[in-house]
Amino acid sequence: MKSRGPLILSAPRILAREITDETLYLRRREFLYSAAVTAGTLALACGPGEVANAGNEPAAPAESGLGKIEKSAYAVDEPTTDFKDATTYNNFYEFGTDKEDPARHAGSLRTRPWSVAIEGEVGKPGVVAYEDLIKPHTLEERTYRLRCVEAWSMVIPWVGIPLGAILKRFDPTSKAKYVEFETLVDKEQMPGQRRNVLDWPYREGLRMDEALHPLAILAVGMYGRELPNQNGAPLRLVVPWKYGFKSIKSIVKIRLRETQPNTTWNDSAPREYGFFANVNPEVDHPRWSQARERRIGDFRRRPTLPFNGYEEVASLYRDMDLRKFF
Amino acid sequence: MAARRQVIQSIAVLVGCLPALGLTIAFFTDGLGANPIEEITHETGEVALIALLLTLAVTPARKLFGWAWLAPLRRTFGLIAFSYACLHFLTYVALDYFFDLGAILEDVLERPFVTAGFTALCLMIPLAVTSTRAAIKRMGQRWVRLHRLVYLAAIAAMVHLFWGTKADYAEPIVFACILGGLLLTRVWFQRQRRAGAGPN
Repeated sequence: MKSRGPLILSAPRILAREITDETLYLRRREFLYSAAVTAGTLALACGPGEVANAGNEPAAPAESGLGKIEKSAYAVDEPTTDFKDATTYNNFYEFGTDKEDPARHAGSLRTRPWSVAIEGEVGKPGVVAYEDLIKPHTLEERTYRLRCVEAWSMVIPWVGIPLGAILKRFDPTSKAKYVEFETLVDKEQMPGQRRNVLDWPYREGLRMDEALHPLAILAVGMYGRELPNQNGAPLRLVVPWKYGFKSIKSIVKIRLRETQPNTTWNDSAPREYGFFANVNPEVDHPRWSQARERRIGDFRRRPTLPFNGYEEVASLYRDMDLRKFF
Repeated sequence: MAARRQVIQSIAVLVGCLPALGLTIAFFTDGLGANPIEEITHETGEVALIALLLTLAVTPARKLFGWAWLAPLRRTFGLIAFSYACLHFLTYVALDYFFDLGAILEDVLERPFVTAGFTALCLMIPLAVTSTRAAIKRMGQRWVRLHRLVYLAAIAAMVHLFWGTKADYAEPIVFACILGGLLLTRVWFQRQRRAGAGPN
């Protein structure tokens, strides 16, 4: 902050010590929450069970820990969403269904050691440690639009690896037509899974040509640092031309298949969430229009772009009726 | 008695203003999270529904526990519910859609979840308009009949909540059980009255 001072002559002087430490700032809700829980406990004079939860650490911004990150040409020329907003407004039902729940509860997720099972139609199946999965690749920063099916959007600088590059290491067979992903299931680490809001584990899938498209990445970080737990640490999918729910978080299994996999939201409400789920302003959700979206931080809605502005993927769907295969 | 009635109603009005005050303070202190408009929409809708359920709870509580002092609160709660329903709708019209009347009309006509909410709001308008003492006197039995619309309004609001919910039905189910219970007490009172042994 200090070094920027001279650039703006009229800027009010802010002393470094007056700026709230980021960690502290991110923990303010936790403070309120624990205060509320403590007050509630005192009032009810109940057991210590609930208080234990108040100690959940929301992911403190880790040191980068990612090593070398290359800038990529894939970067939208739009302002990125505030880090605070991107890490406190999340849909990650494994930690609760309110937008603030993941930031509040994801501290219980242990992201190391972590391994990913690679299964199905591959020449070299196996269980791979997170580090071994990442090591052979160069990390790239990709600033993508993220469009949620709920008609809000963000712009996020991800750090990741093209999904295709990772998949190819495991020698997909000629029968590999689809990729299926699964999130961790662990009620202890993911308290939202104690209720069957969705059919756990969370599952997502892509057609092979979608998975191999250079825009599709497996992300390990955002904003130049490791992924916060609430954003899908340690490893998540990012498919920027599809609605956010396709970009599955905290992946523990990748299975290549000949047939189209079942996917969680499609199973839960097939009329509302399709397998393809390409961002499409022409095809409305049954309960709201998809023509416009609110960029987080903006007041007015803005028009939603076909394929979220990534029209280079349109050729993947050349002969498909996107109203039918929504 | 009139003084006590006023005190009770004033307290209810003050309590009813707290959520709006809280939202206003939170709005100006950056306390509404990343998507403030969504937060305001949810909060005002939820308060409207809670106030509507409280409205429906007054008569059963009065009859079951003999708390006559509750009676004036029925109107107060009803008007609080209507006020928050209006705030909820205004948030949607002015903040969320910024008066994009085409999009709003499309929502109201084509999306059942919005249609249900809009229906609930419309059903409450004649009730709010005829909530004055003069209207009650003037309309007599017709007032009683008209105000049965509150049951329809509550059911429409509940449908709005259910159809607007994504995956997690825990809270809507709690609200629906409360409404169901409140409606059942009406059936029960009705039967008591027919049997000629009503508590009224």
